[in-house]
Amino acid sequence: MSFLTYLINGLSLGSIYAIIALGYTMVYGIAKMLNFAHGDFIMVGCYIIFSVSSALSGNSAVGIIVAIILCTILGVTTEFVAYRPLRGAASPLAVLITAIGVSYLLENIALLIYGADIKSFSSVIKWEGVSFADGQLKIQGVTIVTIVVSIVILIALQLFINKTKQGQAMLAASEDKGAATLMGINVNRTIALTFAIGSALAAIAGALLCSAYPSLSPYTGAMPGIKAFVAAVLGGIGSIPGAMIGGLVLGIVEILSKTYISSQLSDAIVFGILVIVLLVKPTGILGKVVQEKV
Amino acid sequence: MSKQTKQNLITYGIVIVAYIIVEILILTGNLSSHMKGLLVPMTYYAVIAVALNLCVGILGELSIGHCGFMCLGAFSSAFFSKLTENSLPTVPRFIIAFIIGIAVAGLFGFLIGIPVLRLKGDYLAIVTLAFGEIIKNVINAFYVGVDSKGLHFSMKSSMELGMEKDGNIIINGAMGITGTPHNSSFTVGVIVLLISLFVVQNLINSRDGRAIMAIRDNYIAAEATGINVTGYKMMAFTISAAIAGAAGVLFSHNITTLTASSQYFGYNASIMILVYVVLGGIGNIRGSVIAACILYLLPELLRGFSNYRMLIYSIVLIVMMIVNWSPKVIEWRKRTFGRLNLKRGAKEVA
Repeated sequence: MSFLTYLINGLSLGSIYAIIALGYTMVYGIAKMLNFAHGDFIMVGCYIIFSVSSALSGNSAVGIIVAIILCTILGVTTEFVAYRPLRGAASPLAVLITAIGVSYLLENIALLIYGADIKSFSSVIKWEGVSFADGQLKIQGVTIVTIVVSIVILIALQLFINKTKQGQAMLAASEDKGAATLMGINVNRTIALTFAIGSALAAIAGALLCSAYPSLSPYTGAMPGIKAFVAAVLGGIGSIPGAMIGGLVLGIVEILSKTYISSQLSDAIVFGILVIVLLVKPTGILGKVVQEKV
Repeated sequence: MSKQTKQNLITYGIVIVAYIIVEILILTGNLSSHMKGLLVPMTYYAVIAVALNLCVGILGELSIGHCGFMCLGAFSSAFFSKLTENSLPTVPRFIIAFIIGIAVAGLFGFLIGIPVLRLKGDYLAIVTLAFGEIIKNVINAFYVGVDSKGLHFSMKSSMELGMEKDGNIIINGAMGITGTPHNSSFTVGVIVLLISLFVVQNLINSRDGRAIMAIRDNYIAAEATGINVTGYKMMAFTISAAIAGAAGVLFSHNITTLTASSQYFGYNASIMILVYVVLGGIGNIRGSVIAACILYLLPELLRGFSNYRMLIYSIVLIVMMIVNWSPKVIEWRKRTFGRLNLKRGAKEVA
């Protein structure tokens, strides 16, 4: 029974990674850049929920909505101010270093406003959860909600990308920006939309992450952000179902290795997976090989 | 003398002149003890900035875990120095400590390079970032002791080592290594800096260096010319990691208690070095040395500024990248300052 509990906890953590990884993979697929600041968008979302809920004496629903809106604005603004000017720069390193700068900037702003001490985050989900088999198998409310939310997001995103015009524009822009422009697609606006969706997802992931692990500091988002990137690579970067699979696998591996091997080495094991994936199949589980033409 | 040789000699000259000025200041007693304490850190930050610039500017791959290599160099060399403190004379021990620190950091650079450097993309950044964090965690859970029976290892606690009474704990988990001999001095630091500059600048001007830069500029063309892309990438990255290890040796022999803390070896420390490289000019080795020295000394001298230092660094990073690399800004600069640059441009064409 305890194994089943760990497995479900792993699924829940994996669902959070999957939601973060969706944001990474969409941005990477379309803008071909690694948004290092994505993990920090999560942290910003958490602090917004934290501030709004304490201002409204515990009303977290409003907090989540405000966080989603503000994170979306933050994502689009970051893209416009910091990343768009560097599109088409001579070196791909330029935008990567800028993204690190943005990540660093957000962390330090949070540090100046809220200080380095860890804030305790009150869960946004008040539901106790359910128990099976005479209370031997307890599933917390937060775990169930996290898994359900991630499935809903995955289905909604798949529908959005495959059935709407904007989604098709995203696919086209990720395939070939030049050709997409010739087809009358506004590539800049499409990329901004991708950032908007990714950042909104980061806010949702933040709410779920801090509900499950209720400690909030300026560096809350950094490690989950990096692990979600590992999940995106594992699933095949650029692929939406891949991000989901990668996230779930990673979450389960992390929880099980924390339980059965060593809690200090669990991070090392997670990154060991990244190294193995890069050695064996760099395109990931669902990624496709793209031959570069001269 | 070729133009390149002249440029290299100017770089060495700057370092040597700066060294002589500082030594004169020390001899005439014009340097406070606080300033003296900053001299060795300044040299190892300059060394690691040179190492990172080799990786970022010349190889064109981003590493944000260079402090992890520094950490490895620091711990492996401090371990050796502590172990042989009473059995070897200072000079050969310190030299062997350098060799060990450099070799260990270089070896790990090589091992990390194997899965990552054959791929195209931003994987090196993420893997080095992860590596930097993991190495810190692992060392914090690492215990080594020595007694009459030999070495003991443990990953749990110092009690688990099961040592004899005469035992001596060398690496004490999160408490790190205490009492490494203070062998680093400003002179040693400057010598290491000069050697790293010599290695990197000669590499850049060699056939290998031109191959590495060709890969950076256009890897398909480089591959088509018959350059072994992965091999040269591995070579540059391993050298870069090894030099970072040398900086670590300087670091560990200058500090009483060496711990794998985030302050020195974490993500933030690696970003700080990236700021040195970006501000000094990506690909400009001399710029890295100057930027590292100035940026290290400035916040130490302006104490009130320390809360905002990181904030300002991050803004500097973003603004510098946009000003220097954005295609539109470059075009605008050409239009506005075009007349001023006309002479220089004409020279380049000629």
